[in-house]
Amino acid sequence: MSGLLSLTTFAPIVGVAVILAARALHGAGEKTDTLAKWIALVTTLVTFGLSIILTVQFDPKNPGFQFVEDFAWFAGIHYRMGVDGISVLFVLLTAFLLPICIVASWKSVEKRVVEYLIAFLVLETLVIGVFAALDLVLFYLFFEFGLVPMFLIIGIWGGKRRVYAAYKFFLYTLLGSVLMLAAILAMISISGTSSIPDLMHYKFAPWLQTWLWLAFFASFAVKMPMWPVHTWLPDAHVEAPTAGSVILAGILLKMGGYGFMRFSLPMFPHASEMFQPLVFAMSAIAIVYTSLVAFRQTDIKKLIAYSSVAHMGFVTMGIFSGNAAGEQGAIFQMLSHGVISGALFLCVGVVYDRMHTREIAFYGGLTNRMPHYAFVFLLFTMGNVGLPGTSGFVGEILTMTGVYKASTWTALVAASGVILSAMYALTLYRRVMYGEITNPELKAIKDLDAREILLFVPLIIMTLVLGIYPNLVFNLTASSVDALVGAWRAALGG
Amino acid sequence: MQTLVTILVFAPIIAAAIAGLFGRRIGDVASQSVTTGALILSCALSWYTFSQWTWGHMEAFTVNLLPFIHIGDFQSNWAIRIDALSATMLIVVTTVSALVHIYSWGYMAEDDSKPRFFAYLSLFTFAMLSLVTAADFMQLFFGWEGVGLASYLLIGFWFKKPSASAAAIKAFVVNRVGDFGFALGIMTTYWAFGTIQFAELFPQIASHAGKTWEFAGHVWPLMDIACFLLFIGAMGKSAQFFLHTWLPDAMEGPTPVSALIHAATMVTAGVYMLCLLSPMFEYAPVAKNIVTVIGAVTALFAATVGLTQNDIKRVIAYSTCSQLGYMFFAAGVGAYQAAMFHLFTHAFFKALLFLGAGSVIHGMHHEQDMRRYGALAKLLPVTFIAMTIGTIAITGLGFPPLHLGFAGFYSKDTIIEAAFAAGGHNSIAMFAWVIGVLVAGLTSFYSWRLAFFTFNGTARWGHDDHNAHDAHGHDAHAHDAHDAHGHDDHAHGDDHGHGHDHKPHESPWVMLLPLVVLSIGAVAAGFVFTGYFVGHHQEEFWRGAIFTAPTNHVLHEAHEVATWVKWSPLIASLIGLLIAVYVYLIKGNERLGLKLAERKGPLYVFFYNKWFFDELYDATFVRFAKFLGDLFWKGGDQKIIDGLGPDGVSAVSYEVGKRTGKLQTGYVYHYAFVMLLGVAGLLTFALYAFR
Repeated sequence: MSGLLSLTTFAPIVGVAVILAARALHGAGEKTDTLAKWIALVTTLVTFGLSIILTVQFDPKNPGFQFVEDFAWFAGIHYRMGVDGISVLFVLLTAFLLPICIVASWKSVEKRVVEYLIAFLVLETLVIGVFAALDLVLFYLFFEFGLVPMFLIIGIWGGKRRVYAAYKFFLYTLLGSVLMLAAILAMISISGTSSIPDLMHYKFAPWLQTWLWLAFFASFAVKMPMWPVHTWLPDAHVEAPTAGSVILAGILLKMGGYGFMRFSLPMFPHASEMFQPLVFAMSAIAIVYTSLVAFRQTDIKKLIAYSSVAHMGFVTMGIFSGNAAGEQGAIFQMLSHGVISGALFLCVGVVYDRMHTREIAFYGGLTNRMPHYAFVFLLFTMGNVGLPGTSGFVGEILTMTGVYKASTWTALVAASGVILSAMYALTLYRRVMYGEITNPELKAIKDLDAREILLFVPLIIMTLVLGIYPNLVFNLTASSVDALVGAWRAALGG
Repeated sequence: MQTLVTILVFAPIIAAAIAGLFGRRIGDVASQSVTTGALILSCALSWYTFSQWTWGHMEAFTVNLLPFIHIGDFQSNWAIRIDALSATMLIVVTTVSALVHIYSWGYMAEDDSKPRFFAYLSLFTFAMLSLVTAADFMQLFFGWEGVGLASYLLIGFWFKKPSASAAAIKAFVVNRVGDFGFALGIMTTYWAFGTIQFAELFPQIASHAGKTWEFAGHVWPLMDIACFLLFIGAMGKSAQFFLHTWLPDAMEGPTPVSALIHAATMVTAGVYMLCLLSPMFEYAPVAKNIVTVIGAVTALFAATVGLTQNDIKRVIAYSTCSQLGYMFFAAGVGAYQAAMFHLFTHAFFKALLFLGAGSVIHGMHHEQDMRRYGALAKLLPVTFIAMTIGTIAITGLGFPPLHLGFAGFYSKDTIIEAAFAAGGHNSIAMFAWVIGVLVAGLTSFYSWRLAFFTFNGTARWGHDDHNAHDAHGHDAHAHDAHDAHGHDDHAHGDDHGHGHDHKPHESPWVMLLPLVVLSIGAVAAGFVFTGYFVGHHQEEFWRGAIFTAPTNHVLHEAHEVATWVKWSPLIASLIGLLIAVYVYLIKGNERLGLKLAERKGPLYVFFYNKWFFDELYDATFVRFAKFLGDLFWKGGDQKIIDGLGPDGVSAVSYEVGKRTGKLQTGYVYHYAFVMLLGVAGLLTFALYAFR
């Protein structure tokens, strides 16, 4: 079906229009807010449905781009869209998480509800656009504009220090993207095309690759985020509303990893090889450093945010390992982290909604009153420490296996992260969940309600299904990954 | 057959899911019945499988259920592999598990979350079954960490107790240290051989034996580095020296758990792994020597600590640790069959000892300090007889000329003889033999000390049952004031005025039945199976499941050792028994043991404090991790990175923002709008400028 990809991408914008129309008809008020929530939910569910159709119709044997749409736009730039086995997965992940975000915000957002929902819907379009764009300029537009709704979500609906956090987020990402813009312009003027599929086969001179790689790296490393440009993330997470954190950890971070795979590896293979040790070193440091920092956190959300940085370290080292196990592991790790860390932020949201604090010391003994919550939180904690049987394991073991081939030292250091993650994650679980309830404010805390259980069920299913049958994903990505790895090897060999 | 083994493996997980997810709805009895029923079914099927293997000439087979990870050569499947090793493990796991399920009906009767307990037990059993039936490294690792999860959950079962949840984390993290090596070993194997499937891997090994491998900046013999890394995993799971610290703390879990997981099954997974990977280890002489040394040192270390402990469960825990050391050095000297045999017999008598201890603890109202036991033989007659059988079995009493004795006699003596035989060519094996004999004496002493201290002598309970009284509520576990350490100071703190007396009582039949069954095992398992495991029929029995290099004749040589060698462990054992009799049984000497303890000699203090490992690790690793965490967080992130980078910039703009107007919510829109314009403007300008 032609146009399906664009339909999926812009379906949320239709929802925005409907919400605005509803407000115009009914005026602002609580009724409109509720209506808007339902419209947003239906929109995101429809988008999710479309993305499933997209995935089902996708031919996994074909390593090239599918559902391609191509129209001349302006100044030689094309509206060019398409997905391969890698990007279709991220479109699916995005569409999967958005309905969950809407339901998660059902009660916790009180002010400017309509604007809040619009921000999320616009964000969805922009993020899907990032993964589906096949034109450099189009990609850049989606990539940069994606900043704006997130900036608003943190800056308006965030916590006490939201403005500081929003600024930090903004400054970091802007710095990276200015460099990327310069690189994009250079690439277009040298190669004469802005088509991503064409550029993937264009051979830039090695010295030029170095500079272009660094410029893209600046942007993607911040997005990931990699050590040492990670400090915006914990602040952004702490201040962001729960659903904002889910999107941030679940999808926005993945744009960096996706960028490395779509641009850095195929377009600048020599530079990628040259900088491989740098990426490995930064990844290995990230894993150990941020895990140790996570161990000392006193704020639940900050702890999980730091653990996200550590998990992204596995992704970057996997991407630059240059073999199928590493790439597949990296893709899988991104997907899995999107589900698990999203779920963990929702877990934090559950207690935050009740008690309005994220201080670990405030809690303790919650298992006594919240057995369902204890189960859910434990399951995702185990996913976070990479227990086999959950999706968290597959990505970690494969990225480590991949990187072992390229550098045993990196694999050795990364493997120690497996010990550290158990340390911080289980300590957190113990301090929040185990023991007697000593804080009198917790004596009447309520277990998960039906809405919250509904929220977690799809995430639990995803974590376990992907953990037990990850081949579901590998079947989809195999030929694209083989093509990517094959092209990289060929470029280096020739 | 394929269907039967599939049912066998999956019955426990289905039962666990039912009890775990719907336990509160279907009630305690239904949850207990469904899990126990599933385990009895699994147990019956396991014995059928084992008998078909041993007497029915069934061939080895693998059931492939579902692909797990397929990426190029990295091919892993969910599978059920049945051969001599897995068939043996199936009966060990399901038998002990089924008995522990039954036992728990009585032991956990007063607990208020029984469905959760039984669900965890069944979950554990499933993970263990998937471990032993794995056909490749990924499923092995799945089971490996799966049993770790179940262990974590069960140690921390009484989660209200801070000591229990701390012990649970310790177990998980220390095991993760082992898994760190295990994972690296798997990766080494994969890249060296291009497969993680055992069936594809093992035939390739002989041709790769002499190769070298670069790892972490050094060039090593391939098989040695691969096996060493894999062995680190085994060390963690089987609580070997350096990675043993979690096992004694794991006694915080309910006693049936200790019997099932921390004695009979999970902790033996490391031994199982070594035997399964015997085709690799046979070509790794250095790694094998390391295994031998670590095993022997563990056997000695744990036995010395076991001499001094007063908590009944801790004595048995150290005993387990020590016996695992025996199994490891057996594998290290190449007598894998003997290691598996000891694993098999040990499962019976160690589970028996733990469940017997549980029966005593139950009868004593959750008192675990042996200094408050004494003279319980008449009050708990069945437990007394069962524990005595278990003690005879573990101390390896038997009569060498007739080759007749209790279970431990066959398996432990084979190990010691194998070490002596291997000692002919390898001084490290001789070191293991010396330790093996010495530890046989120590084992005998601490095991009989436990028995006499508990069942004989004068009653030291009765007049001082303050704590026992408190704990005798319906929520006894939850409010358990009985921290294992808590009693050490109490021994003399007689609390007068409590005339009210809770007499120790014998346990209900659901708890005694498993004791009886295991007693039969402890008596007969050695006698019946010695021919198959290590005797004349061993090659027919194993049918290639254990590989021994063409030059490895250690098992054969073990049968040929001189008579004095065959007698030496027994003599050591009898000496241990005699000392225990002198110190703890002879009237008038009753306080001798306590007096020795009170003197607090340096050796006693060293042993009593477990060679100070906990203190050492705490002072080094734990502190260091905390220190680094704080340093990176407050120094690295906040001072250096943020201080130089964004805070500098954003602080300025923040200040500017404050001055120009309050940063209200509405203003954020303006900033966003400016941002949009900026991006669009920059892009337009750039596009036209560069064209």
